Amino acid sequence: MGVIDNALGIYPKALSFRSQRSAVLAGNIANSDTPGYKAKDYNFRDALKSSSDSFSVGLRTTNSGHQGSSISEDFGPLLYRVPSKETINGNTVESDVEQAAFSENAVRYQTTLQFLSGTISGLRLAIKGQR
Amino acid sequence: MGISNTFGITGSALSAQSIHIDAIAKNMANSQVVSGTEAGAFRARRPIFASMLNSSFEMSSSARSSSMNSRFGESNIAGVKVSRMEESRSPIEKQQMPGNPLADAEGYVYLSNVNLVEEMAHMMQASRNYQSNIEVLNTSKQLMLRTLTLGSS
Repeated sequence: MGVIDNALGIYPKALSFRSQRSAVLAGNIANSDTPGYKAKDYNFRDALKSSSDSFSVGLRTTNSGHQGSSISEDFGPLLYRVPSKETINGNTVESDVEQAAFSENAVRYQTTLQFLSGTISGLRLAIKGQR
Repeated sequence: MGISNTFGITGSALSAQSIHIDAIAKNMANSQVVSGTEAGAFRARRPIFASMLNSSFEMSSSARSSSMNSRFGESNIAGVKVSRMEESRSPIEKQQMPGNPLADAEGYVYLSNVNLVEEMAHMMQASRNYQSNIEVLNTSKQLMLRTLTLGSS
């Protein structure tokens, strides 16, 4: 498993981050009418840093039911978004900002998928030795 | 985790918004209802939303330890639910209508406090919200399907 993970580089982790972030942004969009809800997001720099720090550290298995993994899922802290306008019910979700962030995240997810499938076809080529 | 959670979160928002639209439809349908007593007059009802922690709708949450949850940061990601329905507190208007069979001893009937313009505004908001959640669902579905075909080319 380790060999393949190393061969794929940072892309699996990037994919995992993008997918986690899409859930956070979907949560923001879902709560755009909830009184007192504060919009959240990850900081990409933190996520990159904490995943490269823990690059060689796997998931801890404290129970026989847990599955070990060499991919860490730590993306740094979830931060609150600073709203550009105030609302009367304390909700800081701005639908347009969240939708833009969600689309941007989706595009980056697809980009990562593209890179990943490029890497996989490269590996296939190397294994087979022919096209 | 991740995109598969998105479906749960967005699904909860869709159901909450459809409850909202349902309540608006009931308010508008009952806007012309009159009553013989002030207490019996129809009052507009509106849902109050609250966020719902992810673990409460995730099937596999029992299999995951709490320390892992905090590590994933997932306990912070929330769907939405309708926590309660609240009645509008705007005043009930009474109207002199002695001919109405429902009128009280002084000839008054009590109208509902539904404000049609307000209801329309709420309906537009709910429908916009519903649409953006549908958009999120579609995008997530596409990403998921593309991920499934990863490496098959």
